[in-house]
Amino acid sequence: MVRIKVTDRDTITNQQSLLTLVLSLVAGMLAISLVFLINGVNPVFAFTKIFSGSFGSKFGIMETITKAIPLILIGVGLAIAYRAKFWNIGAEGQLLAGAITGTWVGLNWGPHLPSYIIVPLMFLFGFIGGAFWGVIPAILKIRFSVNEVISTLMMNYICAEILTFLIVGPWKGKTKYGYPYTDDLPDSAILSVFSGTRIHYPTLALGIIAIILLGIVIYKTKFGYEVRVIGENIDAARYAGINFFKTTVIIMIISGGMAGLAGAGEVAGVHHYLSYPASISSGYGFTAIIVAWLAKLNPFFVILSGLFFAGILVGGDAIQISLGLPAATVQVFNGILLVFLIMGDYFLKHKVTLKWAKD
Amino acid sequence: MEEIIISVAQRTLVAGTPLLLGTIGEILCERSGILNLGVEGVMSMGAVTAFIVTLSTGNPWLGLLAAICAGMLISIIHAFASVTLQSNQVVSGLALTMIGLGVSGLMGKPYVGIPLPVKMNSFDIPLLSDIPYIGPIFFKQSPFFYMAIVLAFAVWFILMHTTIGIKIRATGENPKATETQGINVSLIKYYCVIIGGGFSGMAGANLSISYSKSWIEGMTAGRGWIVIALTIFALWNPTRAIIGAFLFGGIFVLQYLLQPFGISPNLLGLLPYAATLLVLMAIGFRNSQKLNAPAWLGEPYQKGER
Repeated sequence: MVRIKVTDRDTITNQQSLLTLVLSLVAGMLAISLVFLINGVNPVFAFTKIFSGSFGSKFGIMETITKAIPLILIGVGLAIAYRAKFWNIGAEGQLLAGAITGTWVGLNWGPHLPSYIIVPLMFLFGFIGGAFWGVIPAILKIRFSVNEVISTLMMNYICAEILTFLIVGPWKGKTKYGYPYTDDLPDSAILSVFSGTRIHYPTLALGIIAIILLGIVIYKTKFGYEVRVIGENIDAARYAGINFFKTTVIIMIISGGMAGLAGAGEVAGVHHYLSYPASISSGYGFTAIIVAWLAKLNPFFVILSGLFFAGILVGGDAIQISLGLPAATVQVFNGILLVFLIMGDYFLKHKVTLKWAKD
Repeated sequence: MEEIIISVAQRTLVAGTPLLLGTIGEILCERSGILNLGVEGVMSMGAVTAFIVTLSTGNPWLGLLAAICAGMLISIIHAFASVTLQSNQVVSGLALTMIGLGVSGLMGKPYVGIPLPVKMNSFDIPLLSDIPYIGPIFFKQSPFFYMAIVLAFAVWFILMHTTIGIKIRATGENPKATETQGINVSLIKYYCVIIGGGFSGMAGANLSISYSKSWIEGMTAGRGWIVIALTIFALWNPTRAIIGAFLFGGIFVLQYLLQPFGISPNLLGLLPYAATLLVLMAIGFRNSQKLNAPAWLGEPYQKGER
C-alpha cells in the first residue's frame, strides 16, 4: 500500500519557486508531446520546429519580439485585474475595441496631422476604446452582480461582430478592391519599425514604460495595496473602507486600456489597416491570460513570459505551415501548460510524500 | 403563415437543445460546488469525437456514446485540479476550455469539410406527432430533443427528491457539515464534474451529428459560455433551464428570420451574446443579493478544514 502524506510548506524559497516552475514547464511539454504523438505528429520534430522557428534565427527572434509586444501590454493589464480576482477574460475584445478607435483616429485625423501628434492620439484613443470596453463588465458586476467571466467573454464576441460589421460595411476601403478591409492608414499614422523587422518600437517602449509604472503602482502605492486586499479578502476590503466600485472601475480602465493600446499598436505598427478580427489578433487576448499567470501576476516577469509565449506563437505558425496543423494547436500548448502551472503551485505550497506502508 | 410559425417553433427547439443539454450538466456540477468554465472546450471535444466515430462506424448512436465518454474523460482534468489540488476553478476551467478547443482542432483537422453521410435522424413519436400544431413542433424532433427534456426532469428529480441529490446539494452548500455526516465530499464532486462533462459532450454531439452534420473548428461558437450564463438564469434548477435554453434557441432562430430585412448579418450575429448580458443583468437587477447560488460555488475545499 502506498500512503500519500500531504503537509503545508511553511516557507517557500525562491529556489523552490524557480525549480517548480521549470519542472511544471518540462512536465507540460511532455504532456503536449503525448497529445502530438496520439495525433500522429512526431513530438521531437514538432518541438525542434517550434524552437528553431521562434528562437533559432535572427528573423525568428525579431518575429518573436514583434508578437511579444501585444502579449506584454495585455499581460501586464491582466496581472493587475487578476490580483484583484477580477477575471477579465475579455482582453481579446478590448484589444479589438482599441484597434477600432485607434484606426478611426488614424484614418480621419491622420491626413491632416503630423506624426508626432497623430501617433500619440491613436494610442490615447486606443487606450480609451479598450478601457471603455473593459469598464462595461466592471459596472455590470458591481451594479447587477453579473459574473465577469461571462460578461467579458460575451463582450469579446460582440466586439468581433461589430468590427466585422464595420469592415464589410461602412468602413470598407475604397482602395481595397472589394476586400473587407479599411483603407490604409496615412503615412503619418504608421509606426516606425527597426529596419528590416516588424518591431514597432513605439508600442514596445509604451509597454516597458507601462510595466515600470504599474510595477510601482502595484508594489509601492496605496492603490496597489487596495487591489491586493480586494483580491485576497473582499470582506476585509469592505471593512477597511476600500471603495470597491472605484477600485474595480480603475482596475478595468487599466486592464482594458492596456489591451486597447495593444490593439492600436497592432493596426498602426503591423497591419496598417483594419481587417478581420482573427487577423488583427491571433488570440493575443487569450494567450496573455497565461502570460500573466506564468509571470505570477508580477509585471516585471510579464516581459519574460510574454517572450516565451510569443515564441510559441511564432513557432506554432511554423509547425502549422510545415506540418499542416490547425490554428488551434497553440491552444493545446496554452491549456496544457496552464494546467501544469496550476499543479506546480500545489506542489510548491504542499509537501507531498509517498510512503510504503505494510497493511 | 401557419407553416412558418410551426417551422420557427420547431427550429427554436432544435437550436435550444444543445444549450439545454449543456446547462443540465453545468447545473449538476455547480450544485456540488464546482464551477466548470470548461464547457466550451468539452462541447467541442464531444462534437469532434461524435463526428469522427459516426463517420467511421456509420452509426450516430455510437458517435453519441463516444462523445459522452470523451466529455467525461477530458473533464477529469478539471475534477483533479479543482477537487484534489484545490486550485483556482476559474483558471482550471479556462485551461480545460483551451485544451478542449485545441485538441478537438488537432483531432478534427483531417475531417474539416467532409459531409456526414448519416446523421441522427429525427424520430416521429407515433400518435402524438399527428396532433395538429403540437405534433410537428414537439413530436417530430431529433432524439437529442427528447433525451434533453427527459434528462432535465430526471436530473431535477434526482437533485430535489433523492438521497444522492441531497448529498450533492449539501456538498455545494456546506461541505464541512456534509463531511461530518460521513459523506465523501470529494468523491461526490468528482462524479458531478465528470457526469456534467458527459452532458457537455452530448451537447457537442448534438451539434456535429444532428444540428449541422459537419465539423469545423470553433463550431461551438460560444454556446459553452452561454450555457454557463443559462445556469445562473435557471437559478440552478434543471426544469427552469428548459425555459432558458429554448428562449436562447429562439434568439438563434431570430437571427435567420431577420436577415431578409436587410439587417447586417454581423449585427444579428451579436444578438445571442448581447441577450446573454441582458438576461444576466435582468436577473441581477431583480435580486442582486439573493440568487441562491450554492454557497460554496467556486470555493476550494480542503478536507477537514476549520
